[in-house]
Amino acid sequence: MADTAKPKGGTARASASRRRGRKDTSPGLGDEKPEVLLDYYRQMVFVRQFEQRTGQAYTQARIGGYCHLNLGEEATVVGLMTALQERDYLFTNYRDHGYAIGKGMDPKRVMAELYGRSDGVSKGWGGSMHMYDTETRMLGGYGIVGGQLPLATGAALAISYRGGDEVVMCQMGDGTTNIGAWHESLNIAKLWNLPIVFVVINNFTGMGTTVEMSSAEPDLYKRGAAFRIEGERVDGRDVLAVRDTASRLIERARTEQTPFLLEAWSYRQKGHSVVDPAKYRTEEQRDEARSEENDPIRIFGEKLAKAGLLTDEQRDEINASVKAEVAEAADFAENSPHPDVSTLFDYTYASPVPNESRRMPADPVFAE
Amino acid sequence: MSVITYRQALRDTLRAEMVRDENVLVMGEEIGVFEGSYKITEGLLKEFGPRRVKDTPIAEEGFVGAAIGAAMLGLRPVVELMTINFSLIAIDQIINHAAKIYGMFGGQTSVPMVIRTPGGGGQQLGATHSQNIELFYSFIPGLKVMAPSTPAEASSMLRAAIRDDDPVLFLENLGLYNSKGEVPEGYAEPSNDNVATIGRAGVTREGSDITLIGYSRMAMVATQVAEKLAEEDISVEVVDLRSLRPLDRQTFVDSVKKTGAAVICEDDWLTYGIGAEIAASIQEGAFDYLDAPVRRVAMAEVPMPYAKPLETAALPSVESISTAIKETLSAVGKRVG
Repeated sequence: MADTAKPKGGTARASASRRRGRKDTSPGLGDEKPEVLLDYYRQMVFVRQFEQRTGQAYTQARIGGYCHLNLGEEATVVGLMTALQERDYLFTNYRDHGYAIGKGMDPKRVMAELYGRSDGVSKGWGGSMHMYDTETRMLGGYGIVGGQLPLATGAALAISYRGGDEVVMCQMGDGTTNIGAWHESLNIAKLWNLPIVFVVINNFTGMGTTVEMSSAEPDLYKRGAAFRIEGERVDGRDVLAVRDTASRLIERARTEQTPFLLEAWSYRQKGHSVVDPAKYRTEEQRDEARSEENDPIRIFGEKLAKAGLLTDEQRDEINASVKAEVAEAADFAENSPHPDVSTLFDYTYASPVPNESRRMPADPVFAE
Repeated sequence: MSVITYRQALRDTLRAEMVRDENVLVMGEEIGVFEGSYKITEGLLKEFGPRRVKDTPIAEEGFVGAAIGAAMLGLRPVVELMTINFSLIAIDQIINHAAKIYGMFGGQTSVPMVIRTPGGGGQQLGATHSQNIELFYSFIPGLKVMAPSTPAEASSMLRAAIRDDDPVLFLENLGLYNSKGEVPEGYAEPSNDNVATIGRAGVTREGSDITLIGYSRMAMVATQVAEKLAEEDISVEVVDLRSLRPLDRQTFVDSVKKTGAAVICEDDWLTYGIGAEIAASIQEGAFDYLDAPVRRVAMAEVPMPYAKPLETAALPSVESISTAIKETLSAVGKRVG
């Protein structure tokens, strides 16, 4: 059991202070190439700024619906996405923007999807919770908690059926581990020896309900044990630890053809969604979530700086170039046309059929 | 032409499609070693092995969802749900996912899968095992819902369902499995291209006095009603809906325009049921042609009782449908009997 976060025993209630008191036990930068490290740093900054811009656009009502951001979870997002090979598949939940970009989707088109425009990755049909891209094998954000688990299991079944060597990563939040589909999917995945890695982002709160309030076993990585699925926990603030742990499990899933479970402790800096002020958090919890100590970008930046790989000028330059790129994405979204209303009925069925109802609200029934 | 059972038609067609296309696999509870609760999958495990005939745990949400995910990657799973009642366990996967994935991702991926499942009353199975809840699925854009009534329909429609790129709920009825009918020669050949058009209703018996509309088991009962009333010189035109979504309104509206009257028979509850949609469509499409109000004969609006006399009384019958037809005709002064 490689448990890089090393929780001590004790009551579930003690876990918040456990997390606070925990020292950074992650490995150093290892012998990773400087350009790779800088690229990870840049990707994390990109997700941060992209989400900040998204939150801004949302409060300006340029983006509608619900909007769940990856702020504070950048190391987890980038660590997981860099561990995944291009040929591997990803299923995520409704907090999906960072993953979409990390899996290789064009940020301009992700932003356009947020704006509900025709150049959006899902042509404006999906919105924030439903990013999808066949080409980069990002097989969707899903808005129903845990809805993606059976689907991801099925994708792994298809791979296994064809004898392929791809792996499926199925990302979810901590709240997902209590629904029926969690148990059913882990059971089926192990029973059928499917190449899938279930990744639980434990940000300690399912909307406003803490893990301790909702999970009889709050050490979530242990919950695969009931299905003989090996579980590990990783410090989600540490991009390299996340990447290394995830890579190892992905490769084992690939070669051993069996599922794994990875729990990443990660700090959601803000509320569940943009409009959630997170009043359910105590002041102490809010401070913890937003503290510099837990900010993955600050942590990684300081490590790079200490190793002489990131100067202040470089940092400023990265921030500025990312800012320009995010602005470009927002401009692209602003200028992308709204979907044409004449396409309203184009995406109900893949195989067209006679007598399909194509009624606009005012149409008489036989106008179809 | 040969005469076979509805069960045989399903079994042979399923097998033929598996031979034809390596991407077709079957999944479900008791379909392999047990050879199917209703023996539709008899022999398949022996012929195709456990890779293509997958016994699942009793976990409908998990395995229906897995079939959807497999379909997203291009397999063509045919799932058997032991009864439609168990589909309620998987309804999130069916309605929130199978039906929506094509649309909400802007047409990037489709879900070519079939969920075969029997339903219906008349077997003394009590309240939770005698339901026809096809309405739930027929309500949902993105799903296709098929309800064949004869062995020939069962064969050509199952073939169509498997080859279709969308998720299809394929409704069988416990009361139909042993019913017999003619099927065309070669219906069980993998090379057979007798594929039904999804979304087409059929006029299965021509008549001039009144239109009787049914689907699945009730389409079969409707034919019996028409045959019985023919002896009393009442000419009943029978429309078999075959597909509940998409719904072929034109066929039954045209029939009503011809006959001027309609009775709908359905094996499910009246209020908000399939018949309500049919009646509304007749009103929208053939109001000026109607000589009498449209009548519906449906199941009694109770949880299905176990006791045989109560159950029988709760279900539409040849008698209750015949009575409704006669009352409708006499209300407009048409000659009856």
